Amino acid sequence: MQFNVFPHNSKIDFMRLRWVSSALSILLLLVAVGAMATNGFNFALDFTGGIGVELRYAKAPDVDDVRASLDKAGYDSAVVQTFGSGTDLLVRLQPKAGGSGAESIGDDVARAASQPGNAAEKRSSAEISPQIGKELAQNGIYAMLFVVIGFLAYISFRFEWKFAVAAIIATMHDVVVVAGWFALSGHEFDLTVLAGVMSVMGYSINDTIVVFDRVRENFRGMRAPPREILNTSINQTLSRTVITSFVAFLTVLALYLYGGGSLRGMAEAQMMGIIIGTLSSIFVACPLLMWLGVSKQDLMPKAKDEAALARRP
Amino acid sequence: MLEYGRFKYVTILVVVLLSALYALPNVYPQDPSVQITANRGYQVDAALQQRVEAELEKAGVAPKAVELKKGGELLVRLNDVNAQTHANDVLNAALGEHYVIALNLASTVPDWLGAIGARRMLMGLDLQGGVHFLMQVDKQAALAKRFDAYAEDLRVLLRDNRVRYESVERRPDNSIVATLAPGSDADAALALVLKSMPNLSSEAQGETLVVRVPEKEIQQITIDAIEQNVGTLRNRINELGVAEPIIQRQGADRVVVQLPGVQDTAQAKRILGATATLEYRGVVEGNAYDALSSGNVPPEGKIYYRKELGPDGKPIPIILNKRVIATGDQLVNARSGYDARSGTPQVSVTLNGIGGQRMFDFTSENVGKPMAVVYVERVPEVTKGPDGKDIRTTRTSEQVISVATIQGVFGKEFQTTGLESAKEAADLALLLRAGALAAPMDFVEQRVVGPSLGKENVDRGLTAVQYSFGFALVFFLVYYRMFGLITCIALLINLLMVVAVMSFLGATLTLPGLAGIALTVGMSVDANVLINERIREELRAGLPPQAAIVSGYQHASGTIMDANLTAMLAGVALFAFGTGPVKGFAVSLIAGIVTSMYTAVSVSRGIATLIYGHRRKLKSIAI
Repeated sequence: MQFNVFPHNSKIDFMRLRWVSSALSILLLLVAVGAMATNGFNFALDFTGGIGVELRYAKAPDVDDVRASLDKAGYDSAVVQTFGSGTDLLVRLQPKAGGSGAESIGDDVARAASQPGNAAEKRSSAEISPQIGKELAQNGIYAMLFVVIGFLAYISFRFEWKFAVAAIIATMHDVVVVAGWFALSGHEFDLTVLAGVMSVMGYSINDTIVVFDRVRENFRGMRAPPREILNTSINQTLSRTVITSFVAFLTVLALYLYGGGSLRGMAEAQMMGIIIGTLSSIFVACPLLMWLGVSKQDLMPKAKDEAALARRP
Repeated sequence: MLEYGRFKYVTILVVVLLSALYALPNVYPQDPSVQITANRGYQVDAALQQRVEAELEKAGVAPKAVELKKGGELLVRLNDVNAQTHANDVLNAALGEHYVIALNLASTVPDWLGAIGARRMLMGLDLQGGVHFLMQVDKQAALAKRFDAYAEDLRVLLRDNRVRYESVERRPDNSIVATLAPGSDADAALALVLKSMPNLSSEAQGETLVVRVPEKEIQQITIDAIEQNVGTLRNRINELGVAEPIIQRQGADRVVVQLPGVQDTAQAKRILGATATLEYRGVVEGNAYDALSSGNVPPEGKIYYRKELGPDGKPIPIILNKRVIATGDQLVNARSGYDARSGTPQVSVTLNGIGGQRMFDFTSENVGKPMAVVYVERVPEVTKGPDGKDIRTTRTSEQVISVATIQGVFGKEFQTTGLESAKEAADLALLLRAGALAAPMDFVEQRVVGPSLGKENVDRGLTAVQYSFGFALVFFLVYYRMFGLITCIALLINLLMVVAVMSFLGATLTLPGLAGIALTVGMSVDANVLINERIREELRAGLPPQAAIVSGYQHASGTIMDANLTAMLAGVALFAFGTGPVKGFAVSLIAGIVTSMYTAVSVSRGIATLIYGHRRKLKSIAI
């Protein structure tokens, strides 16, 4: 009579996999950090500064032809990439010394990039000073610090410091892996992708907290070794975890499919984040909690809560 | 029997009704319209309205309505975009010389909704097209200007009190150092400085006086400079006639300017980058009309025009002295207020030392004679020369904004009285202050979004949100049946509340903001899933249906609270440290988290109780 994604009495021994899963996580982290170190990011105009022009063609142009046309017009270091559908192109270039504003350059680029019988229409243009990008990166780091300290304070207060540490490591793991994906794939990293990566932190911590909440409840109510409590908690929340992630993934997929070029990067970051964030709650956060030696004593309610506990069924 | 407090139902009802009310303005379509405002010296009145109606009739354009608005603007509403373009062309040709004609989207929201503060969400540039500028204010230049003024004041102070000095210099460490002549009384000089410059910290070191400008004062100077620049920009943009421009300070030293609907960055930059200043000039006696008709202008004079119109409908000419008494650079401040004696509106002007000295010299010889303030604007223009190259020229426009009689001898501080109203005083003070930019500005960012792209972004964003919602709703209906229906209602109310909250806060909707709303769906799903799964679990544990519902909601609430509050931290960080599109995303994310907590925990529980609460023999629930 009920639909169930997972049998409600699943007893998968997740903690048995902790060595494998941790090794995989570390491998992922290494690949991500390696990609960031060697490839670096394909930073968009928001970060690098420069001039960007978005063009639309009547029919999909050949990117190499467009590049050649721009070369001929004197824009020799222009980066040309498809943007959204095949008929949209994004041209990035550094301003020429003593050049005029983006408006005229935008029109100029559109003229230069037009192909015979396939004229380019300028959709938007932007001119950004490199100094803005530096501040963005700086603000991004401040925001991360703010979030980490906020999580640490809130989770330590509501749970216990071991939970806080495990949750933060799991969340940062997700952020690094998602960022690493952008470094590895060379997909453009712009302001909305940064917002997407930050929202991954929100999603990932949300997911981890739900599992931890059950861990806390079970530590207080069950008599069993930590490993078993962790396993039970994961299994009890498994159905919820899978459903939530599935639906959240669907909504973000809608953004990816229908939101157009400018939302695609953001949706991509979020899709990656939802998958990694769900897995890390189970395979990173819980093993970490065990290795940190979480125990019943850590979670015994303080004296004032004891009366409330006694009333529980 | 399930109980859910009557008060809570009332709250839910009120919240839903208020949300519906405040989300309502977004449903009203906007009329394509043409907005007419007057240039300096011209009026928007009933006569203009008749003229506009006649012009439109002649051109065969049937307006939906022509309305005279309170703020001195005329709004011509039209039936469609084609008529709008046509009307714009017609009116520009007929009135363009003296009036600013701008395209606009006029609200059709009824007045009673506006009266309770309900308004539609503003659309970001990425959704309606336009230009965006980010300008950096040169703080150092603003400080340098002010420091020079302090140094000059110090010189004048020492000179006036017969303290001999060798030099007064500005130092790079925010201080001004005065080296006194050997043998002068440094302590007496210090006492003098402390008395007349109490906001600065001064000390004597041997025969030198060190005057420091405190950090607080420096911050104040910077803030004033940026505020003044924002004021100046606002004035200039008003002249452009842009509907709903955004002019905001951003961070410590930046100004954001967004002009929806404008596509020509070159023209916008010209206006924003124009430099204006003021000149105080003496009035040369003589009949300006005669001088104008005969060409016999006194040798020391030149003909200017006042902003007021004469009986012939043209600006009144006036002959002013070629010699400038003081200029806008020498103006330190201008404030409107009331004359203590007569109680009439006035403007208090403060000049710097040099300007004050020259004003003193001039007024000592010209008591009882009139003096004029001229507003001079230099607008850089680019035209194409015969060889196709850009020729950069500057167009200078001069206008007399005020003529007043010199009542007595004064120096660097004086008042302009005899103004007709407090508004006139405030306007004059603003013009005086805003005449010049306090500090030069550089364009650090500019974006242009084409109108077709904006329209496409709206379509895409809405489609994405629809599909996000559709996926979630279908899944819930299939998976949880009756409770799925409850969840769907809760999700829809959640959407309504997000729209209402964002409209009420006056948030600007951007494409990432739409993405934030879609993501909110994903996040609010979680709260509902938690509740539904918990109820299932309690049922399996053997609880009777109604107890399972109660226990499910209770247990899930704590989890939802912890999970959402931590997620909200990420949203707050995005809001605090993000700018532009990131901020828009953060606003919808935060609004979504708050409303989804309420709808999931409270609204859905209310509905569940309504459905299942009153059945005495409830055997099973559809979940």
